[in-house]
Amino acid sequence: MKFVDSIRFRFAALFQRSQMNAEMEEEIRSHVQHRADDLEHSGMGRADAERRARIEFGGREKYKEEIHQAVGGNFIETCMQDLRFSLRQLRKSPGFTIAAVLTLMLAIGANAVVFGVMNGLVLRPLNVAQSESLYGTQYGNNPTWQSYPNYRDLRDRNRSFEDLAGFNFAFVGFDTGRDPIAATGFATTGNYFDVLRIHPYLGRFFHASDEHGPNSAPYVVLTYAYWHSRFQDDRDVVGRTVRLDQHPFTVIGVAPPGFQGTLMFVSPDFFMPVLNEGQLGAWYPNDRSNSGGLFETFGHLKQGVTPAQAMADVDAVGLSLEKTYPKEIAHKHTNLDRVGLTSFGPPVRAFVVGLMMLASLILLAACANLGSLFAARAADRSREVALRLALGSSRTRILRQLLTEAILISFGGGVLGLVGSFALLRRLSTWQPMPSVPIHLPVTPDAKLYVFALVMALVSGFLFGIVPVRQVLRANPYEIVKAGSSGRIGRRLTVRDILLVVQIAICAVLVTSSMVAVRGLVRSLHSNFGFEPRNTMTAAVNLAMADYSIEKVPAMQRRMIDAMAAIHGVEAVGMVNAYPPLVYASASRRNVFKDETSDLKPANAAIAPYSFDVSPGYFEAAGTSLLAGRSFAWSDDKNAPAVAVVNREFATRIFGSVTNAVGRNMKLQDGTRAQVVGVVEDGKYLGLTEAPEPAMFLAALRSPYAQSYLIVRSKRDPQQLAEAMRNKLRELDAGLPVDIQTWTSLLGTVLLPSWLATMALGVMGLMGAMLSITGIFGMAAYAVSKRMRELGIRMALGAKRKEVLQAALGRPLKLLAFGSAAGLLLGLLGTKVLAYIVYQATPKDPLVMAGVVLAMLVLGLLATWIPAQRALAVNPMILLRDE
Amino acid sequence: MNDQAQLLPGTLDLLILRAVSLGPLHGYGILLRIGQISANALLIEQGALYPGLFRLVRQGLLKASWGTSENNRRAKFYELTVAGRKRLQEETDSWNRLAGAIAAALSQQPEEV
Repeated sequence: MKFVDSIRFRFAALFQRSQMNAEMEEEIRSHVQHRADDLEHSGMGRADAERRARIEFGGREKYKEEIHQAVGGNFIETCMQDLRFSLRQLRKSPGFTIAAVLTLMLAIGANAVVFGVMNGLVLRPLNVAQSESLYGTQYGNNPTWQSYPNYRDLRDRNRSFEDLAGFNFAFVGFDTGRDPIAATGFATTGNYFDVLRIHPYLGRFFHASDEHGPNSAPYVVLTYAYWHSRFQDDRDVVGRTVRLDQHPFTVIGVAPPGFQGTLMFVSPDFFMPVLNEGQLGAWYPNDRSNSGGLFETFGHLKQGVTPAQAMADVDAVGLSLEKTYPKEIAHKHTNLDRVGLTSFGPPVRAFVVGLMMLASLILLAACANLGSLFAARAADRSREVALRLALGSSRTRILRQLLTEAILISFGGGVLGLVGSFALLRRLSTWQPMPSVPIHLPVTPDAKLYVFALVMALVSGFLFGIVPVRQVLRANPYEIVKAGSSGRIGRRLTVRDILLVVQIAICAVLVTSSMVAVRGLVRSLHSNFGFEPRNTMTAAVNLAMADYSIEKVPAMQRRMIDAMAAIHGVEAVGMVNAYPPLVYASASRRNVFKDETSDLKPANAAIAPYSFDVSPGYFEAAGTSLLAGRSFAWSDDKNAPAVAVVNREFATRIFGSVTNAVGRNMKLQDGTRAQVVGVVEDGKYLGLTEAPEPAMFLAALRSPYAQSYLIVRSKRDPQQLAEAMRNKLRELDAGLPVDIQTWTSLLGTVLLPSWLATMALGVMGLMGAMLSITGIFGMAAYAVSKRMRELGIRMALGAKRKEVLQAALGRPLKLLAFGSAAGLLLGLLGTKVLAYIVYQATPKDPLVMAGVVLAMLVLGLLATWIPAQRALAVNPMILLRDE
Repeated sequence: MNDQAQLLPGTLDLLILRAVSLGPLHGYGILLRIGQISANALLIEQGALYPGLFRLVRQGLLKASWGTSENNRRAKFYELTVAGRKRLQEETDSWNRLAGAIAAALSQQPEEV
């Protein structure tokens, strides 16, 4: 009760201050009048009496202040005063203020962006109800992917999930009646929406009860975004028939606005039952060994079941399935993960955490930078502080005022940084790095971000604000006022020196890591892919989108290849089924057995190379060099004996050497006996970081597949070539959607992570460089301004330019050298960490070392240039007259 | 003036309570009353009175109201509240105990220790 009263009183006192002031004023006037009356009685003139009375009363303002203090309500008042005073102080030194605010803005902005990404990708759960109990499985013989029969068994036999749903991708030609456009959808199990517990925005969803075997549920559910962009929010769309790859499907509903599928960074256009995927191309609901059946399965864990228990349960089901179907399944350990990132989870998390660490380094460097700026400022103001102390101001008051300044700056920097990061995140969330895949980064800023940035800003403000505290507490007003402004020039190591070294070291770490990253990227771009992506155009053609039956596929593909070869300036043409190496990280492995193996169960496989089905001419078009034997010919079709081309790694591992391999036989999973007819060079197939992997090429003619890439090698201008290719393909079939790109741009996908990492590190390195410039500049400028008088005397006594410079800038440069060395060392040690997110990050790179040393040197020169000019421009006469 | 004693910290409040206990007074009146009851032995700067007055009002020991003084001027009059009277009694007792103890201690002769 008392406490509440006290609070009320304080606020009342604050808000009624003007009223209180008037009352106080009147009371004091009354007092003075009464006193004057008395004095007048004793014979004084009225005017004299009143003056005398006023003097006797004492310091009116002081007592008014004391009264305010006595009744409380003073704290907020004092804060407001501090605020006004600080603002005035900051306005008086705009250079300092701008530098400090900008420094902090960069640091807070960088942290907020990284936090935004982390928040969007890692912290924020999927936008569905009870997402905390939603877990996805990776199970089967391939991480993530699994066959449909396996899914069905897992769904029915596990005891951990309430229900299990799954989805796959469907890349289709989506035709609303006028215009077939390629669209990306999720082909899901019937219970998908029920497992997720979401409800349609319009119409209805499909359910498990709609599934009556393959191709029984030709239904489409649109995502809200696709409904909005493709159907212009047309509510009558429900019930309409659309064509997916020429097959009629009925639109039955629209998903709610916030729902963008169960993958964080891919937003599909529509959902369809996976059982109908057979209509759209090769999908084998009954083939247990086809692991491409479903991309991921997931479900809510039952009440009380831990993820570990569920993993053990799924493992048990997997092992028993392996026992039942040894030919089709080789079970690997199950991993359960939160739905949304699936198998991308660990690398994404590692990447984001790495970024977060770098961003906090930036913040730390900025804090060190600002700390030394504030310390220098406090030292400069020691006279002012001393005077205020001497005039009776309390130390707490002075400290509070310094801290207010720091917090003002941190607040300003924080708000600016937040605004910048907001804009950047907005851009990121609408960013489409790959035109053919609806990648979507869910990094829209939310309240958590604001809180994070503000807390960050205030904490850092407090951190650098307390740096000069010791200085103030120690200050002896008498000494400082007596000593004058030049003060003592400390030769010992000060807090500022240490802060500067720390800051430069951190910045050097950032510069080092960004250089390592850039070098890594450059090197991985120039590493040997096993093919030559330059001067190569690709055309993605899915004949299923124009409803070619599988029997018609080989002839049409042959016609396309011939048409491409007829284009003027084309040197070679080939074709690869599904995707070319490295594109969309889609390379798959196939089991290969020794010729003498008769029991073809997966466990007996001799090797599991990456496998591609290619046409004649592929190696020439791709620029893959043939080491021995021959490549494919048009005669290697279904009627001829099976032949294979393997790479060097395959040949040496299985047959001992390249020359040994040609002419030898092996067995494939389906029992086919294939003869090795050629050996090609090694290459990269799934990712750029991989070690040399075995690979095998089979004749595409033997296993027709509707989805393929045409590879066209030509030195012609890509734009013209693409146009010519498009025209030729249109002549063959006008209704066939094609996607023509250079192979290099297709590789953007596989390079995207490392490109992103390099960009991020590059930006961080740049920020580090900027911070070290401001840090060194601040220190050098301060050192010069402090020693102006000494420098003047030196010059008057005939010191040479070099000596003056040495005296003025020797120390900052020494600190710079020391900090850079430390940073370089730390940075090189840190590349081990970097290697997780950057390809080919190696510390043993003389170019990187030289680059860092050079960069820090240039930064040092840049930062000390202006102070050096100032030191050299010292005019001893003017300076000495000044003092 | 030199024989006036400096006020001990905290004693001004006690003196104000005592002065007001004899009847409602305005600020200047309180000052005069203190001078009167202490035989002008205490040095109080006039303005120093007011923070104390506001504090006592805030603590609920005094209540204030505007009125007209004997000089026919508008003035703020202070009077004791019940709590103020109680506090005055307590403070007086404890002051007396303290003063007695100090006085006794100081009046001891060396041989008596």
